Amino acid sequence: MEEHTRIPYSRYLMVWFALVLFTGVTIMVAGLQVGGWSVFAAIFIAAVKGTLVLFYFMHLRYESGMFKMALTVAMLTLAVIMALTFADVSFR
Amino acid sequence: MSRRTSGAVISYLEAGRGAGFWPWLKSWIFTVDHKRIGVLYLVTIMSFFAIGILLGLTMRLELIAPGKTIIGPDTYNALFTVHGVIMIFLFIIPGLPAIFGNFFLPIQIGARDVFFPRLNLLSWYCYVAGALLAVTALFTGGGAPDTGWTFYVPYAVRTGTNVTLAVFAAFVLGFSSILTGLNFVTTVHRMRTTGMTWFRMPLNVWSLYATAWIQLLATPVVAVTLLLVMLERMFNLGLFDPARGGDPILYQHLFWIYSHPAVYIMILPAMGVVSEIIPTFSGKMIFGYRAIAMSSLAIAFLGYLVWGHHMFTSGMGDTSRWVFSLLTFFVAIPSAIKVFNWVATLYKGSVQMEPALLFVFGFIFLFSIGGLTGMMQSALAVNVHVHDTYFIVGHFHYVMFGGTGFGLFAAVLYWFPKMFGKMIPKKPLYVGFGFMFFGFNLLYFTMLVLGWQGMPRRYYDYVPEFTVGHVHATVGSWILVTGILIVAHTVLKAIRKGEPAPADPWGGTTLEWKIPSPPPHENFVELPVIDAGPYHRPGGVTP
Amino acid sequence: MTAVAVPHLEEHHDPEGSRFGMWLFLLTEILLFAGIFLLYAVYRYQFPEDFHYGATTLHTMVGAINTIILLTSSLTMVLSIAQLVRGDRRGAAVMLGATIALGLSFLVVKIFEWGDKIGHGLFPGSEELMEHTAGENMFYGLYFGMTGLHALHVIVGLGVLAVMLVRVARKPRTTVRIPAPGNVALSLASDDGRRLWDDNADDDVDGVEITLVYAKNEELTDKEVTKLENAGLYWHMVDVIWIFLFPFLYLIT
Repeated sequence: MEEHTRIPYSRYLMVWFALVLFTGVTIMVAGLQVGGWSVFAAIFIAAVKGTLVLFYFMHLRYESGMFKMALTVAMLTLAVIMALTFADVSFR
Repeated sequence: MSRRTSGAVISYLEAGRGAGFWPWLKSWIFTVDHKRIGVLYLVTIMSFFAIGILLGLTMRLELIAPGKTIIGPDTYNALFTVHGVIMIFLFIIPGLPAIFGNFFLPIQIGARDVFFPRLNLLSWYCYVAGALLAVTALFTGGGAPDTGWTFYVPYAVRTGTNVTLAVFAAFVLGFSSILTGLNFVTTVHRMRTTGMTWFRMPLNVWSLYATAWIQLLATPVVAVTLLLVMLERMFNLGLFDPARGGDPILYQHLFWIYSHPAVYIMILPAMGVVSEIIPTFSGKMIFGYRAIAMSSLAIAFLGYLVWGHHMFTSGMGDTSRWVFSLLTFFVAIPSAIKVFNWVATLYKGSVQMEPALLFVFGFIFLFSIGGLTGMMQSALAVNVHVHDTYFIVGHFHYVMFGGTGFGLFAAVLYWFPKMFGKMIPKKPLYVGFGFMFFGFNLLYFTMLVLGWQGMPRRYYDYVPEFTVGHVHATVGSWILVTGILIVAHTVLKAIRKGEPAPADPWGGTTLEWKIPSPPPHENFVELPVIDAGPYHRPGGVTP
Repeated sequence: MTAVAVPHLEEHHDPEGSRFGMWLFLLTEILLFAGIFLLYAVYRYQFPEDFHYGATTLHTMVGAINTIILLTSSLTMVLSIAQLVRGDRRGAAVMLGATIALGLSFLVVKIFEWGDKIGHGLFPGSEELMEHTAGENMFYGLYFGMTGLHALHVIVGLGVLAVMLVRVARKPRTTVRIPAPGNVALSLASDDGRRLWDDNADDDVDGVEITLVYAKNEELTDKEVTKLENAGLYWHMVDVIWIFLFPFLYLIT
C-alpha cells in the first residue's frame, strides 16, 4: 500500500466541483457575443478542465517526470501536425 | 537428431519438446518468451516477403513488353496494390523490430523479457489476424483492391473492389505495431540492468527506441484515417467527398502524416543493425556513439515535419510546398551523420570480412543512392517532373529494399548463429550477394533512368521507346531473385546442417554474445552488471 | 523420453512501469482523435458560419448534462481507486458500479440525441442533408464521426470497468499450480492430519491447480490497485476527450 499515494477524498471533490464550475463558465461565455474570442475561450477553458483531470484524477501531478515528458512529446506532435496542415489550408 | 547447445543448458528452442506434437505446437503458439515470439514473426513475415516477391516478379514479367503480356490491366492494378500492401504493412514495417527487436532488445539491455510479455504475444496475434484479413480481402467482395497501397480518395471510396476489408486489415496490423512500440518504450525505460545507463545501451536499442516512439505516435493517425475511409464506404460519411464540401487533399495529409514517419520506422532499425555490425567487424569501438544515438532521435523527430513532400503535385498551397521542401532538406542531415560515423569506424579498424558485413556495405552504398535521389526529389522544381514516375519507384526501392531489405539480410546473417546455434557457410552467401547486388542495380537503377525519361508509375502499358529499359529491369529482377533464393536456401539449410556456433563467433562486445548460442529461456543465469560502454574493447582494436 | 517442462516467467512487480505503459497507450488514443480533430479544425476554418449554425441545431443543455455525467463518473472512478488503496473492496465496488451506471446514462442520452437528428433526416448521406450547404454536411459528418468514435471508446471502457467490477467485488484469490509428473496418487491434508481431498481416479494425474480464496488479503488487493488505476486512466481519457468535444461541437455559437 505504501507505493500508492493517498490523496484525501476532499481534494477529489474539490477538483470535481471546479470542473463543474468551469463547465458552467464555458457555456456562459459561449452565450456572450465576443466574436472570434469565443474560440480561444472555449479552447482555454477546455484545456484547464483537461489539465485538472490529467493532473489530479489521473495523478499526473504525483507521477515522475517521465510521464509528463511522454505527454509533452505527444502534445508537441499534435501541434506540429496541426500547424503544418494549416500551412497548406490557410495559404491556398 | 539431437540439438547441440553449449553445455547442459536447455535452449529456448528445446523447451516443450518430447511431450507430443500438440503440446509442442501450443508451447509456441501460446508462448510469452520474447525469443520465440521473434521466431514466430520471422516465419510469418518471411512468408509474406516471399509472396510479395512473387507479385513483384509477375508485375515485371507483364511489363517486359508493351501491351498485354500475361495479365489484363485490372489485374495489374490489383497486383501493384497488393504488392505494396504486403511489402509495406506485412514485411518492412514489422520486419526488423518484430523479429530482431523482440529477440535481442531485452538481451541487449540485460533483461529476461520485455515489460509486457503477454501484450507481446497479442502483437503477434494482431499481425496474423491482419495478414489473414488482408488475404481474405483478395478473394472476397469485389476482389483485390486496385487503388495502390496509398488508398487515395475519392477512388478508394468509389471503387467496387474490396477496399473496406483491406483497409481494416491495415488497421488491425496497426495495432500490432502500436503494441510493439508501447512494449519497447516501457522495456527500455524500466528494465535496463544494473549499470546499463542510457548511454551504455547498444545503438541497436537506441534505434529501436526511436522507432518505437514513431510507432506509438504516428500509427494512430493512419488508423483513424483508414477508419474514416471505411465509414465513408459503409455509411456514406462524406468527410472526403468534394461534392459535399469535403477535401480529398485532407485525406492525403492524414495518410502521409503517418506514412512518412513510417518510412523511418522502416529504416531506423536497419541503421541500428548496421551500427552493431560495423564495430564488431572493425574490431574497434564505434566512432561517434552519442552522435549516432542522438541522430536516431533526430530522425524520428524531423520525420514528422516533412510529409507534404509526397503531395507536391496534389493541389496543395504554394506556401506549404516550399515549407515542406525546405524541411525535407533538413531530414537528410542526421542520416548523413550516421553514414560518416560508420565509415569513420571502419577507418583504421581491423576489418574482418564476413557476409553480414558485405550486406552492410551493400546497405551503405544502396541507401546512399536512395537518399541522394530523395534529395533530388525534395527540390520542388525537380519533383514536379518526377512525381509518380519510375524515378520515385527507383528511389523508394533503393532506400526500402537496398536500405532496410539489405539491412534485414545483414541482421539475419549476423544473428543467425545466436538464434539457432548454427553457422552458415560463407561462400554461397557471397555468391548470393553478388547476384543480389548486380540484379538490384540492374532492376532499380534502370528505373531511375526510365523515370527521368518520363515513364509513369502504376502504368500497365507504355510507349515503345521505354521497352529496352523495361527489358533490362525485368532481367534484373530475375537475377535479384536468384540471389535471394541462393541466400535463402543457404540459410534454411544451415538450420539443420550448419556447424555448431559458439557463444561469440564474431568477436562482438554486446550482451547477446556473452550468453550461449542459442540462448536459454531466461537469457541470463544471473543478470549482468554493466560498467562500460557497449562497444568497449579492453586493449583497443582487436587484431 | 521425458518431456521438457515449458518454463514460466516469474511476474515482475513494477506498478509505475505498468502505469507508464498505460499512459503510452493513452497517448495513442490522443493521436487517434487528433486525426479527426484535425479534420474538424480545417473544415471549421473553411466553413465558419455553417459550423456556427450547425452548433445551434444541437441541444446545449443535453450536451452539458452529458458533460456533467462524465465528469461525475470520473469522480466516482477515482473514489473507487481511493477505496481500494485503503483496502475497502466493497466501497471500491460500489463506486465502480456508480461509474458504470453513469457511463451507461451517457450512452442513453447519446442515443436519444442521435435518434433526434436521424429522425429529422439529418445524418450523413441522407437526402435531407444533401439539400443543405457543404459546410453543414461537413459539420454533421464530423458530429456523427467524432461522437461515434467517442461512444465506441465509452463502450469499450464500460466493458473494461465491468470486468474490473467483477474482480474487485469478489474475494481476493490466487491460483497455485503444482505439477505432479508420472503416475502418482495425490491427496490434500490439513496440518492437523485431516484428509481434505483424495484423488481416486484411475486416470493419470498431471498436476493440481488450487485456487485460494481469502476473506481478506492486502498483498493481492494491492496488486489489483494497479489494474484498477490503469482501467481508471482509460476512463479518464474518455472523459478528457469529451471535455474537448463538447465545446467544439455544441458551443461554437
